[in-house]
Amino acid sequence: MLSALLCALLGFALVVQVQQNRDGGLSTLRQDELVRILDETTQRSDELEQQAASLRAQRAELASGNDTERAAREAAEERAIVQGILAGQLPAEGPGVELVIRETNDQIPALVLYNLLEELRNAGAEAVQLGELRLTTSSYFIDTVDGIVVDGTLVEPPYRWRAIGNPDTISPALNMPGGALASVRNAGGTTDLRSVDLVQVDATASLVPPEHASPAPDPG
Amino acid sequence: MIAVIGLLVGALVGVFLEPTVPSALQPYLPIAVVAALDALFGGLRALLDGMFDDRVFLVSFLSNVVVAALIVFLGDQLGVGTQLSTAVVVVLGIRIFSNAAAIRRHLFRA
Repeated sequence: MLSALLCALLGFALVVQVQQNRDGGLSTLRQDELVRILDETTQRSDELEQQAASLRAQRAELASGNDTERAAREAAEERAIVQGILAGQLPAEGPGVELVIRETNDQIPALVLYNLLEELRNAGAEAVQLGELRLTTSSYFIDTVDGIVVDGTLVEPPYRWRAIGNPDTISPALNMPGGALASVRNAGGTTDLRSVDLVQVDATASLVPPEHASPAPDPG
Repeated sequence: MIAVIGLLVGALVGVFLEPTVPSALQPYLPIAVVAALDALFGGLRALLDGMFDDRVFLVSFLSNVVVAALIVFLGDQLGVGTQLSTAVVVVLGIRIFSNAAAIRRHLFRA
């Protein structure tokens, strides 16, 4: 009978302790254990904060690197556009002049036309087109029996020039006494020069990569 | 038989009442339970040996519980409560195992 009572006590205590343990959580822990847990938690949160800070710094670094790269790329694109227009690879438009030269009877010599191109350049023309040909720094004019060959293509009169540049500079330069247009008229041609607000230079020249020349190392 | 019934009754009372352990007793209850379990296994072994005595069981049960609680209490006062709790649990666990082994030999002859 007594042992039954004791067993009942044991069963009771066992169940109570199990239940206590199940829903106890932190409340059943001793003080030093709680302190240890608190320490560990604090340390862990410190570590995580440091990690977060370093990751934030890394992210900022990457973002600024991205900005620098984008700026460099934009500058390079802009330069490519400028170079493309100057080298005749990109279509261009802007204020300029249109010039039509007609032959009356004699063939106008290639040299006269070439002088005209030079005069346009001297007057600051940035993009020049003759007929459907874009004229570049390597363009040439040759007299042949059939007519004038420009960059390997036979061009027939009338010669329609389109040049982008300041019309107020180009027109006087071409019209100068003894200048380019005067030479054309001396050679038997008629000239019709008009200043235009928007000249379309839509022909493009293909670029031949340099075969022998390579970029010199930066002297810096 | 009556002991098993008592155990079940106590467990049922615990389940239905769901009492809260007073915080002062909280560190000692688990140790006391383990000590009581040790006494229970010892009693079971004595029963199978044919030398079970109600009085001895009572004394060993109570003294086990009290001594275990006392050791933990002392350990808490000395600042080594956790370690002493572990020590008590280990010792009692070993005793429970050896008693269980003796019971097993009685029951299965092995």
